[in-house]
Amino acid sequence: MTGALDVDALVDEARGAIEAADSTEEIRHVAATVSGKKSALAEASRALGSMDPEARKELGRELHEARTTVEELLESRRSEIRFAELSAEMAASRLDLTEYVPGTVAGPGSRGHLHLVSQTRDALEDVFVGMGFDVAEGPEIETDWYNFGALNIPPAHPARGMWDTFYLHLGEPESTLLRTHTSPVQIHLMEQAVLDGTLPIHSVMPGRCYRRDTPDARHLAVFHQIEGLVVDRGITFADLAGTIETFTTAYFGPDIHSRLRPAYFPFTEPSAEFEVTCAICHGGGCRTCSQTGWIELGGCGMVDPAVFASVGIDADDWTGFAFGFGIDRCAQMRHQIADMRALIENDIRFLRQF
Amino acid sequence: MRVPLSWLRDFAPFEGDPADIAATLDDLGLVVEVVEHVGEGLGDVVVARIEEVTAIEGADKIRRVVVTDGSDLVEVACGAKNFAVGDLVALAPVGSVLPGGFAIGKRKMKGMVSNGMLCSGRELRLSEDHAGILILNEVDGAAPGVLLTDALGIGPDVVFDVAVEANRPDAWCMAGVARDLAARMGLPFAVPSTPDLMSLVDPGGPQAPVPSSGPAVGSVATVQVDDLELCPRFTARVVTGIRVGESPDWLTRRLLAAGMRPINNVVDASNYVMLELGQPTHPYDLDRLAGGGLLVRRAGAGETVTTLDDVERTLGRPGPGLGDTGQDCLICDATGAPVGIGGIMGGASSEIGPDTTDVLLEAAYFVPMAIARTSKRLNLRTEASARFERGCDPAGIDRAAERFCELLALTAGPDVTVAEGVLDIVGTDVPVPLEVDVRPSRVNGLLGTELTAPAIAELLVPLGMEAVPTGGDDDPVRVVVPTFRPDVRPAPMGEADLTEEVARTYGYSRLPRRHPAWPQPGGLTTYQRERRKLKDVLCGIGASEAWTTAFVTESDQVTAGFPPPYIEVTNPLVDAERFLRSSMAPGLVRAIVYNAERRQGDVRLFEVGSVFRLADVPDPEGPPAEVDERLCAVFAGEGDDAWSAVAAWHTVAGSLGLADWVMEQGHHRGNDGRVSHEYRSATLLSGPAVSGGRRVTLGEVGELDPTFVETFGLVGTDGRPRRVGWLDLDLDVLLDPARATRRPLESAPISRFPSSDIDLAFVVPDEVPAGSVEATLVEAGGELLESVQLFDVYRGESLGDGARSLAYRLRFCALDRTLTDEETASLRSGCITAVEQAHRAALR
Repeated sequence: MTGALDVDALVDEARGAIEAADSTEEIRHVAATVSGKKSALAEASRALGSMDPEARKELGRELHEARTTVEELLESRRSEIRFAELSAEMAASRLDLTEYVPGTVAGPGSRGHLHLVSQTRDALEDVFVGMGFDVAEGPEIETDWYNFGALNIPPAHPARGMWDTFYLHLGEPESTLLRTHTSPVQIHLMEQAVLDGTLPIHSVMPGRCYRRDTPDARHLAVFHQIEGLVVDRGITFADLAGTIETFTTAYFGPDIHSRLRPAYFPFTEPSAEFEVTCAICHGGGCRTCSQTGWIELGGCGMVDPAVFASVGIDADDWTGFAFGFGIDRCAQMRHQIADMRALIENDIRFLRQF
Repeated sequence: MRVPLSWLRDFAPFEGDPADIAATLDDLGLVVEVVEHVGEGLGDVVVARIEEVTAIEGADKIRRVVVTDGSDLVEVACGAKNFAVGDLVALAPVGSVLPGGFAIGKRKMKGMVSNGMLCSGRELRLSEDHAGILILNEVDGAAPGVLLTDALGIGPDVVFDVAVEANRPDAWCMAGVARDLAARMGLPFAVPSTPDLMSLVDPGGPQAPVPSSGPAVGSVATVQVDDLELCPRFTARVVTGIRVGESPDWLTRRLLAAGMRPINNVVDASNYVMLELGQPTHPYDLDRLAGGGLLVRRAGAGETVTTLDDVERTLGRPGPGLGDTGQDCLICDATGAPVGIGGIMGGASSEIGPDTTDVLLEAAYFVPMAIARTSKRLNLRTEASARFERGCDPAGIDRAAERFCELLALTAGPDVTVAEGVLDIVGTDVPVPLEVDVRPSRVNGLLGTELTAPAIAELLVPLGMEAVPTGGDDDPVRVVVPTFRPDVRPAPMGEADLTEEVARTYGYSRLPRRHPAWPQPGGLTTYQRERRKLKDVLCGIGASEAWTTAFVTESDQVTAGFPPPYIEVTNPLVDAERFLRSSMAPGLVRAIVYNAERRQGDVRLFEVGSVFRLADVPDPEGPPAEVDERLCAVFAGEGDDAWSAVAAWHTVAGSLGLADWVMEQGHHRGNDGRVSHEYRSATLLSGPAVSGGRRVTLGEVGELDPTFVETFGLVGTDGRPRRVGWLDLDLDVLLDPARATRRPLESAPISRFPSSDIDLAFVVPDEVPAGSVEATLVEAGGELLESVQLFDVYRGESLGDGARSLAYRLRFCALDRTLTDEETASLRSGCITAVEQAHRAALR
């Protein structure tokens, strides 16, 4: 401290003034007085120039600290005042929401639009409901057991590479995850049916799934699948192929057909991928279908006996089939959406088209 | 995997249209992603001899070259410099189309006309060489005018790019693809002996493999396996006296066609064997292995090894994730110093170099799961690890190692000696052929076919299975599954696996189809129907459905009024967006901002989706998290504010037929929650529940907090945060009639008598919600009250501060009579008294 100037006293004085201010107007005024160009601190700083270097260094540091303190006090008071004023303003705008008088609120006058994915999902559900399926759903967070283990995909199974999984910081590492497919709903359904003694099952399971893929024109990290499961007596691969064909024709149109070809999924055996006639060229061959006339839609197969074993269903008594495919991909195909990311941008110009 | 048709023909005489072969591969589940025609477009390319090379004035990049194509002199421009007069080169004349579709035309360049192109190996897709043009001086039979394909002895080929499923390691090689294809096409399948192979691929070259004429392998190298659990079988062969150099043309051409870069004759032979037979092998420079041999053991915790890619890897510690035991298999030299990670990657110290003369070849069987774990944890995937983790054939090792030695004997100089014998360490865990009984009833029950036991056996045998019917047409077929099919499990699962094999060979396209029927009706649940209705109601009031991300930032969570802890993603795509949303409000406000930035911010949006929270009481069987389905709507159209949301709620409640609900105003989330406007929002509660009179929360309605709105930059033209109405509903409660009670199913009788309307206006203090006044009126009106409707709210100086006038229309009606004036007057005064007494109100 220097004899001539009591910096601490200046700060105390400023603090007093700042604390006393209680409106935006007042704090602006106080700010000018305690930290403006004409403030005592500013003048003291200007006077530094004429001092000897040693004293200047000491006082300069003190003044710098003081000004920082004052600025901080000002800012904190300003934000208190802003908050108080906003609160007062909000309180003054109070509404009694039970004072609602019907007919007094105008809407935009035109209908909104259901998201294309919802429309597609509803349409798919309707087709399957017409075929005798009910609709089941399940949670988006699953344990490793439901998403993988019960589906015959044990830990470290190379087939896990087929799904890039988002894991959650819950419980043991990699024990809880965002479901990578709707197949865990199958497990829940079968477990419940076994518990309740309510087999058979004829269900489709639509829902949101997650895979750790960087989004591009054909993939989203968050996407929608619909899955089907039939567990009944005497169900064969022929029923699966017939169901896929009926669905294909019903959903895509009478000139669109399906075919199955062998594939590998840990939870079905035999397994197949199913393809449908390319809707662009109607089977003639075009760029979209790589000249094959077919577009790959999803996977399917007969429920693997290991899956039945994990839910306690006797594979000699019951057989079943399952199938699954992307809802978003159906929408993309049907509406020829060049870039899948349009589905998550929520641009009203896109949403309004459907 | 790139599969050249010419290579497949080593194993069976495949003929016919490549497109048909591709379709057959598809139907076998060996899906052909691309059919590439190679060597096509070479038909017009001829061998030419350089006659004259001259510089062009003013051009330093190209020179004028005159060549002879055997009959004529052709003048071309050429930029390469690697040739001289007299050299034989490849000329693509005008009119030819090179592989990849590049058409050669007459071109004027620097004052000359170029009548063709001298081609590089890469331009012809024959090699990767593009440093200069292809020189053919050493090629037997190359002479001006000879077709290039004749000179090189190559025909056009087709390469199928086949996607091999993860469970079919056996098909991940030429022999495997050929086996399936031959089985399906009814052709005999055989892996050719090395002399037979050589007569196919290199008719002019050396034919017979050098016999094992060297010293006993045990006298030149040692192998010790300390961990037979991770490595149940390990074999080594030794080849001495080799000269490291380039592989012969036929071999490099095959590697290139299969998409693999030639390195040197030793590495190429190892790669060739892997591509041909599916068995990865690893050649070591024997002289660089301390102690002259190998030791296989489990890595110690934290032990390090530097792999061929020059990365130091730490081993022997379990990584995150289920099932990782941290057990890694190390290949060491005989002194125990690591030289590679078993089945995944070798080390640099014992790599084959130009001076290598003696090679020790490792061919082993590693436990697939162990390789998968190590490879995943190290994030190190190689051609070898990918094959081992899927499961290689422990019985295929011998043939693969033998092929390697025989190839090296043919390609590594005249002094090659193959040491006698094999160092072969076998544990007890080596897979052996499985015996599985396949019941025709089971096959037909799964496939819907009517195959007999002999028919089933006939479909399995060509796949390399032993399949013998044990009795009649309906009796089981006893199948012995070779070890190259690890995808087939023991019985009973194996029966299903073999059923798929039957179906594949039979042809999926030939399997029957039937539309199943069952007596149970399909349908949506009440929840699902009402959820659809709810979305439709929102659309009806002009809101469009959005789909916003579930991944949000910490600040989104805080701003939305949810205190930590949050559910965190371990491996997020975007580091900041690593939390699962507790609310859809931030996403929807962002969507409004997105639209506002495109001059279309006057929108109403809603979303039905999941929000996530930690479980209050974790289910021991399930994940410790709760996923709730909610509907969140934001109203940011012109003139929208809290009233828009309130109106929306009334429509929603009406369409669902809610019997009773309450709007409870006031701040409901404590001071943390800033998402709802403190003075313009209300909590929606169900009517008193049947048991205990407890109300349950249905959701919230009102306006978003201005600070919240400002955080996302949604400000009006005046620079102030825009007013945004919002409605947030818990669908699990709202769509559950047990908690959100619906109007009764039974119809109420409609009165045939005229009704009487009474209009009452009260001056009511501001603290009293209009809803309470209405509730009082309903109670006071009793059974005769048909409806009550607030139709006017008035504030004005005449009423003074702190009060407003609420005008209600009450409609009274009796089922059995017309109400008398006296009755209505009495009802009127009853209602007035009730309101005045209950609410410090006065009739106006």
